[in-house]
Amino acid sequence: MAQKITIEPVTRVEGHGKVTIHLDDNHQVTESRLHIVEFRGFERFVCGRPFWEAPVLVQRLCGICPVSHHLAAAKAMDMLVGAGDGNGLTPVAEKMRRLMHYGQIFQSHVLHFFHLASPDLLFGMDADPERRNVIGVILEHPELAKQAVLMRKYGQEIIAATAGKKIHGTGAIPGGINKNLSLEDRDAFLNGINGNPDLSADKMIEWSEAALALLLDYHSSHTEFLDGFAAFSSNHLSLVRPDGALDLYHGIIRAVDPEGKRIVNDVDSRDYLDVVEEEVRSWSYMKFPYIKELGPKEGWYRVGPLARLNVCDFIPSPKAQAAFEQFRAYTKGKPNHMSMHYHWARLIETLHAAEMMKELLLDPDLQGTDLVIKGERCGEGIGLLEAPRGTLFHHYQVNEQDLITMCNLIVSTTNNNEPMNRAVNSAAVAQMTGKAEITEPMMNAVEVAIRAYDPCLSCATHAMGQMPLEVTLYDAAGAVVDQQRKGM
Amino acid sequence: MSEDMNGGMDNTLTDPLSSTNLMSLTIDGQEIQAEKGQTIVQAAQKNGIYIPTLCALHADKESGLKHDLAPGTCRICTVKANGRTTAACTTPISQGLVVENDTPELNDLRKTIVELLFVEGNHFCPSCEKSGSCDLQALAYRYQMLTPRFHYAFTPRKVNADMPKLLWDGNRCILCRRCVLAIRTEEGEPLFVFANRGDKSTITVDTELIQDISEELAQQAMDICPVGAIIRKGKGFDTPFGQRKYDHSPIGSDTACSSGENKAGGEKS
Ligand code: SF4
Ligand code: SF4
Ligand code: FES
Repeated sequence: MAQKITIEPVTRVEGHGKVTIHLDDNHQVTESRLHIVEFRGFERFVCGRPFWEAPVLVQRLCGICPVSHHLAAAKAMDMLVGAGDGNGLTPVAEKMRRLMHYGQIFQSHVLHFFHLASPDLLFGMDADPERRNVIGVILEHPELAKQAVLMRKYGQEIIAATAGKKIHGTGAIPGGINKNLSLEDRDAFLNGINGNPDLSADKMIEWSEAALALLLDYHSSHTEFLDGFAAFSSNHLSLVRPDGALDLYHGIIRAVDPEGKRIVNDVDSRDYLDVVEEEVRSWSYMKFPYIKELGPKEGWYRVGPLARLNVCDFIPSPKAQAAFEQFRAYTKGKPNHMSMHYHWARLIETLHAAEMMKELLLDPDLQGTDLVIKGERCGEGIGLLEAPRGTLFHHYQVNEQDLITMCNLIVSTTNNNEPMNRAVNSAAVAQMTGKAEITEPMMNAVEVAIRAYDPCLSCATHAMGQMPLEVTLYDAAGAVVDQQRKGM
Repeated sequence: MSEDMNGGMDNTLTDPLSSTNLMSLTIDGQEIQAEKGQTIVQAAQKNGIYIPTLCALHADKESGLKHDLAPGTCRICTVKANGRTTAACTTPISQGLVVENDTPELNDLRKTIVELLFVEGNHFCPSCEKSGSCDLQALAYRYQMLTPRFHYAFTPRKVNADMPKLLWDGNRCILCRRCVLAIRTEEGEPLFVFANRGDKSTITVDTELIQDISEELAQQAMDICPVGAIIRKGKGFDTPFGQRKYDHSPIGSDTACSSGENKAGGEKS
């Protein structure tokens, strides 16, 4: 008998979601869908507000990476006030923003890997959920847990020193920044916050290397799982510096096909509408973006750490570059399509962020006093940025009275909508084929697939072993034949 | 007291002219002295006692005002004077007056006023530029406003962005009338005026006069507004956290309240 399994809710930062898995009479998975009821209200309710409020307003889009939205909007506002498109700011403004952004990338990646993903890796996906959570990590790997906490704290403190607050700061303003970095703060970050040498720039680099080594060690003993789980080929898209370097703050748009051939070649970020288009599907509130030229069927792509390392030519910091070469060699220079390798790429970027933070802290430009510039005001602003989980597109139009009249946002999760659906399907096929019963490890496998791309509030709860999850099994007539609930 | 009246004399409380004008009164049991003609708010402030105000504002360097303002519109300063409830900013002192100010009953009333102002407008503090420097928000912290006791009114409010240097956001306006009284052209003509009545009351702007106001007047209009209703255009959020008005000391902490913490004797400058 044909069945439909529903996992609901998969609570997300943007709202609620659910997973449905359709089985045929032989318990074969025919289709899986990740439905995300994303709250897109932001595009409407920033309309009518003055443009300089946007960087502060839109960062409420996300509780984990507010800085990314803050900066993407601020970059759009730079263009609006005639301060260039991300390259035209004063050195202190650009570098303060970059430092803020690397602090964000660093803390978000650390949270994503250690808090949300590592329990699955350290204990195994089908381990007892009582153990497979962050408390389990703390109990069995106390040193690792301590490092994770301090790394996250370091990133948060960098954000606080540059944006004013750990979350929802106001540092970036149209055309620049509202403060520079005090010498006192600089010394604390270099030598150790509050005199604690464990909270120093060098420690962050050292621990990032250790985290990467931990993952590679895990990979050597679980190669089949990490390489095979939710793997599928796709296009990859990200911003890169004009010389091809990984650049998380600003760049040109580039995309490669599954073989690594350029399909979008170095397009100015202001021309993003020439490159991407969004498709609406009846069963999801979230749109499906695709590369315009290839159409919705062929043009969908992945964003985020994996995509960025597939797209860029090199990483402009030595330790991360060495790790990148190893990563590239693993797939013989071709794009890497293994979903679980998102974590590998994520840890290489974590190391890069740590190196960049140190480099920036040593730069005397950060103590400059020339904070804001303005040029000729125009009516449209576009800001693109590489957020922890992928490319962000922020686009605004403003009337002569300075009020926003149009806002289009394509967030990382939206960019990864199709890939996440595929990853869920792939996990479901592997776990559900031939089975009629919903098991906890099966539900977790679906979440592991989602989690490789995007952490979510539900995952944070899940890390405590309490993810609010409901799985319902329907027969062909729509009657419930099995139901599993946890954490509700 | 103006310079003209003083005739250049040393203006201190030992001045014979001033001392004959002194009156004694008590606020929350503390005996203080103040000049005849002063309001309860003025007398309290002179003596280091905090009575909250939203619409009233003293003339000083910070406010840039030449005259004290006391439009009496907000009622946050409500006290009991000789047992009768009254607005402290508009009630003159009298000899032997007994004022109750920092009492649970009055503070609860003030909290209620703050809550009503919040549910009546549309206040989204996190994106408001005045956040951290806003008197209404600061009072909400002072009176520990937590969850709303009243239903949100969801009042449809307008934003006036037609002015060249300023933006007026009706969502945040508490109709205190400060701008109406204080922001004027050099000839004394008001730029902001009250329009309509009752719950339709609003602020309108003289579209002609507002066209060529100076940068300074625009800034003063923003500063004089106790909330984020009048905002300078084209810039914003340029005051970092830590440098906003109430970042280091909450509202009213420069003048102690009377729960045993009054600065003895108050200020005598
Ligand atoms: S005016 Fe004051 S209370 Fe209203 S939103 Fe702004 S900060 Fe909050
Ligand atoms: S705009 Fe400001 S100053 Fe004017 S009435 Fe409204 S709140 Fe008061
Ligand atoms: S301060 Fe007295 S009525 Fe407003």
